[in-house]
Amino acid sequence: MEEGVVNEILQGPLRDVFDSKQLITDISGSGNNWAVGHKVFGSRYQEQIVEKLRKAAEHCDCLQCFFIIHSMGGGTGSGLGTFLLKVLEDEFPEVYRFVTSIYPSSEDDVITSPYNIILAMKELSEHADCVLPIDNQSLFDIISKINLMVNSGKLGSVVKPNSLVTSSAGALKKRQEKPFDAMNNIVANLLLNLTSSARFEGSLNMDLNEISMNLVPFPQLHYLVSSLTPLYTLADVHIPPRRLDQMFSDAFSKDHQLIRADPKHSLYLACALMVRGNVQLSDLRRNIERLKPSLQFVSWNQEGWKTSLCAVPPVGHSHSLLALANNTCVKPTFIELRERFMRLYKKKAHLHHYLRVEGMEESCFTQALSSLSTLIEEYDQLDATKSMPMPDVPRLSIAV
Amino acid sequence: MEPKVINQTLSKAAQSGRWKYGQHSYFCQKQGSGNNWAYGYSVHGPKHEESVMNLVQKEVEKCDSLSGFFIIMSMAGGTGSGLGAFVTQSLQDQYSNSLRMNQIIWPYGTGEVIVQNYNSILTLSHLYRSSDALLVHENDAAHKICAKLMNIKQISFSDINQVLAHQLGSVFQPTYSTEGSFHYRRNPLGDLMESLVPHPEFKMLGVRNIPQMSESSLAYSTFTWTGLLKHLRQMLISNAKMEEGIDWQVQPHFSGHPTLGKMSLNKELHFNTSIANLVILRGKDVHSADLGGFKDPALYTSWLDPVNAFSVWKTQRAFCKYEKSAALVSNSQFLVKPLDMIVGKAWSMFASKAYIHQYTKFGVEEEDFLDSFTLLEQVIASYCNL
Repeated sequence: MEEGVVNEILQGPLRDVFDSKQLITDISGSGNNWAVGHKVFGSRYQEQIVEKLRKAAEHCDCLQCFFIIHSMGGGTGSGLGTFLLKVLEDEFPEVYRFVTSIYPSSEDDVITSPYNIILAMKELSEHADCVLPIDNQSLFDIISKINLMVNSGKLGSVVKPNSLVTSSAGALKKRQEKPFDAMNNIVANLLLNLTSSARFEGSLNMDLNEISMNLVPFPQLHYLVSSLTPLYTLADVHIPPRRLDQMFSDAFSKDHQLIRADPKHSLYLACALMVRGNVQLSDLRRNIERLKPSLQFVSWNQEGWKTSLCAVPPVGHSHSLLALANNTCVKPTFIELRERFMRLYKKKAHLHHYLRVEGMEESCFTQALSSLSTLIEEYDQLDATKSMPMPDVPRLSIAV
Repeated sequence: MEPKVINQTLSKAAQSGRWKYGQHSYFCQKQGSGNNWAYGYSVHGPKHEESVMNLVQKEVEKCDSLSGFFIIMSMAGGTGSGLGAFVTQSLQDQYSNSLRMNQIIWPYGTGEVIVQNYNSILTLSHLYRSSDALLVHENDAAHKICAKLMNIKQISFSDINQVLAHQLGSVFQPTYSTEGSFHYRRNPLGDLMESLVPHPEFKMLGVRNIPQMSESSLAYSTFTWTGLLKHLRQMLISNAKMEEGIDWQVQPHFSGHPTLGKMSLNKELHFNTSIANLVILRGKDVHSADLGGFKDPALYTSWLDPVNAFSVWKTQRAFCKYEKSAALVSNSQFLVKPLDMIVGKAWSMFASKAYIHQYTKFGVEEEDFLDSFTLLEQVIASYCNL
């Protein structure tokens, strides 16, 4: 939004990616205020936004989905970003809306971020088809892990520089790496892997609409935990099958998730494995059989796996895996967000900044809070079935 | 459906140099069905009915004599299952006098697609109404054959497809039309259905092959008809999916009493009762093969005589590189267990209403699900009571 930020992008190496006709700027940003982003900028720029979207959509033969990438903590990303969701739902109701949301880490510099997050979450629950929450803290941990590996100089293990999931290999120009670059590269790789099966050939295709179909059993529960492996490839050419299996095991460990969550100890509703590269069907099946006993699936979806094989591996790797899971492990994150929200809301701190904006009332806050609470409750109910034995639902009996 | 899939298929076929798809004999759209049966059936179906039926008509007009349609589809996805079911129905409407046999791919038990059970039951129930026979191939069985018999270490889909193609070839390659004659059968599809599907309630057919092994082992093996047929018979009655691991304990009841021979799904040594069987023999000295074992009335239900229930096709010509080979197409209780499993899983998912909103979005309501469940439970019960 702010001209300064947009101009910086236009001068960077990615300037050719963005069409200058598709940019909307304003002098000032939203001041970390969800209400300003959503209500003020929303109404001010609605027409312009719809106009530009239509123009872009007309170029498509077949529009499958929209990707919305935004942060939850600020004002523009969360406010205007979620406003966009509603616009897309009205203008293009049949097109899927995939949202990649960046949740701030707990040491966050924006004080009002809990308000922004909760208000945005209500919109996400109602208008998005699929949300991939990503946590800054987890990204940071992954980077530290990689740096540790690179710098430790273990005997015989030399990491291929291009293969780091954080590297910008494939970028046209080398420039000085800024601190957020590495973290952004991880998310970029996530999106690339997500769409790879739709873009490249493979023995088992998966399009983007299949993701929503398979991983969203109930309309409200569409938050998917993602994990990318491997994080780096050793320069050792011989890749024994153990490495391949290791890749699968890593995908389920809590260190590789892009959000602070531990899926292994929570309940899986559904899981998708998107494999790229030189992996055969038998390897995939073998690993699924191997990992299944250690994971808990909901009773009515005991074999809830969706698989896809794409022949083309990412740059610098011979194979990679993206695991998307609809898992109740997002619940603790949501509960924590609610806590942070309540701490501010109880004291009515900073509330006047929001209420000052036209169209904003206290009821917006209470509605948002109750929507989040309902979501947490639904996850609770599913968790309650975790330890129960599989209920024996009586089948239809036929008179012979 | 998706262009890159179609293009890959067309180019692969053309590369083989032996045959290829016609220039215009394909249909594709930019977007698939997203693993959604309802999308394939209710959206793609009606929208593209005319174009697809036009393509079919062009091919039909080229035939001197149309015996029927052989439709190959999978059950787990959205296009194969949903659009496949719709096309079969359209064929029934437009070409009501010709036969329709659907070859369906039964998905892996451990899952390829999460909603595969829903897609499968919807497909099966619709096909039961519009198709004349369902030839089933199970992915799990083909996978095991690749692993154990063919000794393939890294199994890919082309290996699995190879096994399936082999099975289909062993059934549909030409055979002599009657005992002792040297004229080839004119209408294998019709003859097959005539002998194997005597009653519209029982349409599920399974295929078994013997022998099946990798080319390297072939050089060291010799076969006799007695040996092959003995194994094949035991595969039939013990419901084995392949040559290895046959359970020789299972034997037919000697009393032959139909009421005592009722199968329950929980019995350990359950015996596979057949309605009708067709054995196809290819190779040297085929006329000397003794098929008495297959004519035993204990193998069959009480309401069909072995004379009517059992048929055999023969040809001197060897198939692939096997000096002698036998195939069995059987209308029996082969598929009761897999069907029961799929219905059970779909039912428990349905009970918690998971994913239903994805189907109702495109016009498939809960009643349609219930209808499908009822029909399939009926089929399971009928087969169990053989």
